[in-house]
Amino acid sequence: MPPGERLTAALCAVRDDALPALVPYVTAGFPHRDDTVAVLRAAQDAGCAAAEIGIPFSDPLADGPTIQRAGWQALANGMTTALAIDQAAAARSAGVTMPLAFMTYLNPVLSHGLADFCADAAAAGVDGLIVPDMPADEAAETRAAARSAGVALVPLVAPTTTRERIASACRDATGFIYCVSLTGTTGARAAIAAEAFELLDRVRAETDLPRAVGFGLARHEHLLALRGRCEAAVVGSALLDAMFARQDDAAAAAGAFLGGMLHPS
Amino acid sequence: MTGGRGRFGGYGGAYVPETVVPALDQLEAAMDEALADAAFRDQLDGLLHDYAGRPTPLTHAQRLSDAAGGAQLWLKREDLLHTGAHKINNALGQVLLAQRMGKRRIIAETGAGQHGVATATACARAGLGCTVYMGREDMRRQSLNVYRMRLLGTVVIPVDSGAGTLKDATNEAIRDWVANVRDTHYVIGSSVGPHPYPALVRALQRVIGDETRAECIARFGRLPAAVVACVGGGSNAIGIFAAFLDDDEVELIGVEAAGRGLDGGEHAAPLSRGRPGVLHGSYSYLMQDEHGQVLTAHSISAGLDYPGVGPEHSALRDSGRVRYLSAEDEQAIAAFHRLCRLEGIIPALESSHAVHAGEQHAASLPAGAFVVVCLSGRGDKDIATVREHDGDRDDAAR
Ligand SMILES: Cc1ncc(COP(=O)(O)O)c(C=O)c1O
Repeated sequence: MPPGERLTAALCAVRDDALPALVPYVTAGFPHRDDTVAVLRAAQDAGCAAAEIGIPFSDPLADGPTIQRAGWQALANGMTTALAIDQAAAARSAGVTMPLAFMTYLNPVLSHGLADFCADAAAAGVDGLIVPDMPADEAAETRAAARSAGVALVPLVAPTTTRERIASACRDATGFIYCVSLTGTTGARAAIAAEAFELLDRVRAETDLPRAVGFGLARHEHLLALRGRCEAAVVGSALLDAMFARQDDAAAAAGAFLGGMLHPS
Repeated sequence: MTGGRGRFGGYGGAYVPETVVPALDQLEAAMDEALADAAFRDQLDGLLHDYAGRPTPLTHAQRLSDAAGGAQLWLKREDLLHTGAHKINNALGQVLLAQRMGKRRIIAETGAGQHGVATATACARAGLGCTVYMGREDMRRQSLNVYRMRLLGTVVIPVDSGAGTLKDATNEAIRDWVANVRDTHYVIGSSVGPHPYPALVRALQRVIGDETRAECIARFGRLPAAVVACVGGGSNAIGIFAAFLDDDEVELIGVEAAGRGLDGGEHAAPLSRGRPGVLHGSYSYLMQDEHGQVLTAHSISAGLDYPGVGPEHSALRDSGRVRYLSAEDEQAIAAFHRLCRLEGIIPALESSHAVHAGEQHAASLPAGAFVVVCLSGRGDKDIATVREHDGDRDDAAR
């Protein structure tokens, strides 16, 4: 199977309610070091199509305050890249079958070793890799390592990305295209920026891979607004905010939040 | 790491969120065009001359040399520039470039506050709005510079994350840029960051080396035995080294901050004790733990208190063209006092690291030789730090 095929298929599956596939971002090791597996199970049970597992980094340039704080808390809990890989494998053993992608910054990956990281991720059952500080034109080595391990390397495109850059990112992409909805860092927003819709159209012109919209999404209404406009929607900061508020039972908090995003009562 | 653009050996690159990559492309094009444009050059040279006070003198540190024994020490006096450090060379150039690109808003990070003050100054002159990010701890230890920036009409935003120092301020400045990239130019303060910044900052700082080299030839008819500069991100060092890289007979010495000692881990010496990694957009030597998490740097000098270093220095370290040494907090403080007492010059604590290494190196050379030390800035901003360090000892003579 080509790298990322499972991700592609899961995000393209059409839901009965026609909402985009929901993809949570969870920080590994947050709020407690060993919460990751239970949180992923809760997300799957709530109806999520796939998940991004964030491996925390000390200096997350693309992230706003919520994901920064979650990452630092995870690091303070003793979270490491190797542990995150172990937790992904443990999630597979615990019945998490939805596709999984690691999302982390380049330095922890380089420090683990590019080829080893991709091979270890693949062995743990991880389908894809997203690196927000590695633009597509700097990704040749990582792409080669990911390809030989059978892991998808998912590019990010943003409202400021030129047509030429979108075309070249899409040409090399596997799995899906991560469409950054706004010009800025992660963090829950009240509304979806108009530039997100324009970006989605520009990406569709270049590829048939599924488009996942991320950054800022926080509510059921955002999914409604995206209905028919993209294949998948990523929710990170708003989910982590809900987990911050109920750290003693973060899996339940995650399940309730994600369930509510899909089916508000 | 191999890859696209802006490589010094294998170092450099542009590892940043996609959102700002088109702005980096625009900056690179504008930079190439401006630096090749005689009108831009003339405008910048005019500003450096009439406004900043270039050329800066080369001062013979006679008594310091006598005390060190050995070669004669000469100081390249960037401390005499308007705003008090070499940072103004870069800030004036980048703000001029930003105007040319039609950017209306300027942001910057600052550690010691010298780059923040220089950028605030250039923006006041140009009539551009300016926002500077500064770590909370640095705002405390460089409070004079915070007030100077505010007097100049700049908004100073405190950064509480991490240790509240330069690394954290740089993170926040980059995040601001990601959010406001369409109308904002980010004036990075050292030869760090994603391509084309290291090349741009080098181009704007090499005036230090060009002046130094020309004056050595005019005055002595020969080149110095060695050129010594402190290395935070590495802009004053690359600026003075650039003119001498092809002069194999000139020894080049970069001086990192060894803080409380290289072995204890409380230092800011990635070239001495780090390993390559990615921080703030480029691949370069980096202080990091075994898992690739960036470590907190320590230096008594806020301008050197940074876990990374510019990519060209990484390449120069590996090639051996530049030798990188380090000076501890106490050694820098002692050199600070010697320069005050022996030469009547109050240096920046950053520059004091270079003074220490320059004295040591001079002592190993014959009396007929001469060594140039880049005195990157003046010490007004550091007086509170030195006073706090020395306690109540009024006669801090050493
Ligand atoms: C006077 C002075 N020297 C040196 C530095 C270190 O920067 P760089 O290594 O870029 O010259 C600073 C930074 O704030 C400074 O203020």
